[in-house]
Amino acid sequence: MARYRLTVDGKPVTLNADPEMPLLYALREDLGMNNPHFGCGLAQCGACTVHLDGEPVRACVMPVSVAAGKTVTTIKGLGTPSKPHPLQAAYVEEAVPQCGYCVNGWIMTAAAILKKNPKATDAELREGLAGLKCRCGTHVSILRAIKRAQGAMS
Amino acid sequence: MNRREFFQASGALVVSSSFPVEVLAQGKSNLVPGELDSWIAVMPDGGVKAFFGKMDMGQGLDVAVAQIVAEELDVGFDRVEVLMGDTATSCNQGGASGSTGVSNGARLLRKAAAEARRVLVEGASNKLGVPVSDLKVENGTVFAGDKKTTYAELVGGRQFNHRVQWNGQTGNPMDIQVPAKPKPPAEYKVVGKPLPRRDVAWKVFGTGDFVTDVRVPGMLHARVIRPPRAACKVRGVDASSIKGIPGAQIVREKDFVAVVAPKEWDAVRAAQRLKVDWHTLDGAFPEMAKLYDHVRAAKVTKRAEEVKRGDVAAAFAKAPRIVEAEYEWPFQSHASMGPACAVVDAKADHCTVWTGSQKPHFVRDGVARLLGLPQDKVHAIWVSGPGSYGRNDAGDAAMDAAFLSRKLGKPVRVQGMRMDGTAWDPKAPACVLRGRAALDASGKVIGYEFLSKGFSRQHIATNESDPADSLVGLATGVAPKGNQIFGVPAESYGFENKLLAWETIPPLVAEGCSPLRTSHLRDPVGPEIHFGSEQFIDELALAAGEDPAAFRIKYLTNPRHAAVVKAAADKAGWGSLGKGKGIAFAERGGTAVAVVAQVEVDRKTGRVWARRITVAHDCGLVINPLVLRQTIEGNVVHGLSRALFEEVRFNRDAVTSIDWASYPILEIQDAPETIEVVLIDRPEVAPTGAGEPTIRVIPAALANAFFDATGKRIRRAPLDPERVKAALA
Repeated sequence: MARYRLTVDGKPVTLNADPEMPLLYALREDLGMNNPHFGCGLAQCGACTVHLDGEPVRACVMPVSVAAGKTVTTIKGLGTPSKPHPLQAAYVEEAVPQCGYCVNGWIMTAAAILKKNPKATDAELREGLAGLKCRCGTHVSILRAIKRAQGAMS
Repeated sequence: MNRREFFQASGALVVSSSFPVEVLAQGKSNLVPGELDSWIAVMPDGGVKAFFGKMDMGQGLDVAVAQIVAEELDVGFDRVEVLMGDTATSCNQGGASGSTGVSNGARLLRKAAAEARRVLVEGASNKLGVPVSDLKVENGTVFAGDKKTTYAELVGGRQFNHRVQWNGQTGNPMDIQVPAKPKPPAEYKVVGKPLPRRDVAWKVFGTGDFVTDVRVPGMLHARVIRPPRAACKVRGVDASSIKGIPGAQIVREKDFVAVVAPKEWDAVRAAQRLKVDWHTLDGAFPEMAKLYDHVRAAKVTKRAEEVKRGDVAAAFAKAPRIVEAEYEWPFQSHASMGPACAVVDAKADHCTVWTGSQKPHFVRDGVARLLGLPQDKVHAIWVSGPGSYGRNDAGDAAMDAAFLSRKLGKPVRVQGMRMDGTAWDPKAPACVLRGRAALDASGKVIGYEFLSKGFSRQHIATNESDPADSLVGLATGVAPKGNQIFGVPAESYGFENKLLAWETIPPLVAEGCSPLRTSHLRDPVGPEIHFGSEQFIDELALAAGEDPAAFRIKYLTNPRHAAVVKAAADKAGWGSLGKGKGIAFAERGGTAVAVVAQVEVDRKTGRVWARRITVAHDCGLVINPLVLRQTIEGNVVHGLSRALFEEVRFNRDAVTSIDWASYPILEIQDAPETIEVVLIDRPEVAPTGAGEPTIRVIPAALANAFFDATGKRIRRAPLDPERVKAALA
């Protein structure tokens, strides 16, 4: 066990944890957060995606020791119902999620893509979102929402 | 247990605690289908609660229910809240099952709401001293000239205490009869509107709870150790292998092994480290390469001839030309977005279950049997899970958690690892499909036979009401009874002499746990059968020298069937499309769907991209076009995924598809550019389902388009890059 300090959704936190424990368990269990989700534990699906210093990472495989001293943003910290991130607003407009379990991966990854490349083309978006899974088959809706958010952000 | 006892017993953990006590405090509230109070409640503020015994899991079914209830009661859509998935507040209407959410499920709410309105208007008539015929209702207020009263004044916060006539059935067949007559569709104001879903915002802002987020004080985290191979027995467990992990314990009963720990990561570590001495016979499964030979050669356990018309043998005997083809479909996995999770708090005399299962009432029944409790002492609460399209791993998680909670005397949370959701979920059955047709000299089809042969779609039951159908049941030595059932194409081709039949074969493992046990996955055996039958129709059109769309329209005898084919073809611009187009059609439970797929094939990489998909969909009366379109889109993409990528891999001993790398599904690169949906609204026809019909049409539309693009026909699913490259080599 070791002691780690990090910032999560704007708040400083301190954790006592096994250095190898993935960040996901720290967020969910030690901090009692309901996001992100466990989907595979293998960095293959994206359901656990958070931003670490602004970059999307898979919290299910990222050891908590690696996140020490850094800033973690979850989907809850990305925006709120009263102050939504444009992607969240677009997601609501397009009613994208069905079961909704995959949402973290798509929104957090897309947010990072749009930050670097606000005018990303359809092909660039598809490339950048590779690896993410959605089992309800909402992919076409996801692309519609991202394009709507691009419109709102430009 | 009635609602009132329930709410007292279950305290703050109840998810649907918004149900006001005022209503419940009024005395009798037995949750029986024969009481109007079991379906509809009016709150003191005039808001309405509708108690729905089926399930929505993100396709907007609850919105459709709210629209129907608002319509019949004459209250605003926003005043209706739909409560579902809680055995304390809704009757067992069968949960999510067979796309019957509207046709079987909402139908009862429609009658109940109409009856509630009738009772309320009668009450208003008495109160105001005005005949019923002089009253009108607007937004929950009953008027007669300048006299008025409201639903809230009449019954708000109290019970109707009014009987409705229940048919005595449970599950899908449950029905009620009431004197009230529901509105004619011509008067609809709310039904048919594209009203928005209510579960979107919390999913997007991360502000609500999934079943994985349920926490009960003092709960232990568990991981169940699934065997490395099929039909394993446990010889021993090495407790020293998890020494040093704080609070970790082993639970073993016969061949069921689990680890628990107060902290989740410790349970995960313990599961990774635990050494179990497994014993198994080698070679429970056939070689994967010989799967379809196995199916062909296997003894038939049951045969059914569902459509038999004319003299098929005679037609073949005299036919100048016979066309034959065989198609093959693999085992497929639910591979839900996350492995299943359940939390169970089993006390000595009652039990609470939080589950993501789409049939929480049956989970209640199964847990009651497993724990030897009366059914009314088990409370099952559905909480949104990581997707559910049939009997996935959610049912096993709930039973595992119940078993462990009872054994340990503490609340237990079970969550699977990825492998549990991919390798160990119940599978959709592999099968071989054979078409045979006799053509006369002019190309007319004079004889037609289509046979589906495969593993039963119900080796384990489609609900969790019997512990024998769960992994913990199998591991502790209970054998499932199993049903022998498959299916035939659903169409109305008017071939004179016609036989549609199916045959089932024995499961690969008769006793113990098998990762290839079969049960229902979205549109059970639909994509499988129609992958064959609707390709075969194309092969017949080719043999007859006719256009595949025109050929279908010519032979389909049901005008609604022919109409969807025409609508899809027209919308897609069928006649003017270049190479790479395919069409297919099917019916499901009264819903007719036709799909035109336009594909691009990359001969080098073997990639097949369904660039544009056009769907024509007729499910009778459309309740909500917005959520209907999105449900159809989900079907399209799920269908493409199954047709292009999904195949459960296995060796002689084990399933080797254990994660997303070994069980690839469609990703966004391969999602269509465009999905166009034509909704054929038929207000005069009672609504039928939409959750599954489209998925059964997609694989054949895709394969037919592949043939059109390349001149090669692939008769084995999926059309993955390897198979495509081999076919084009």
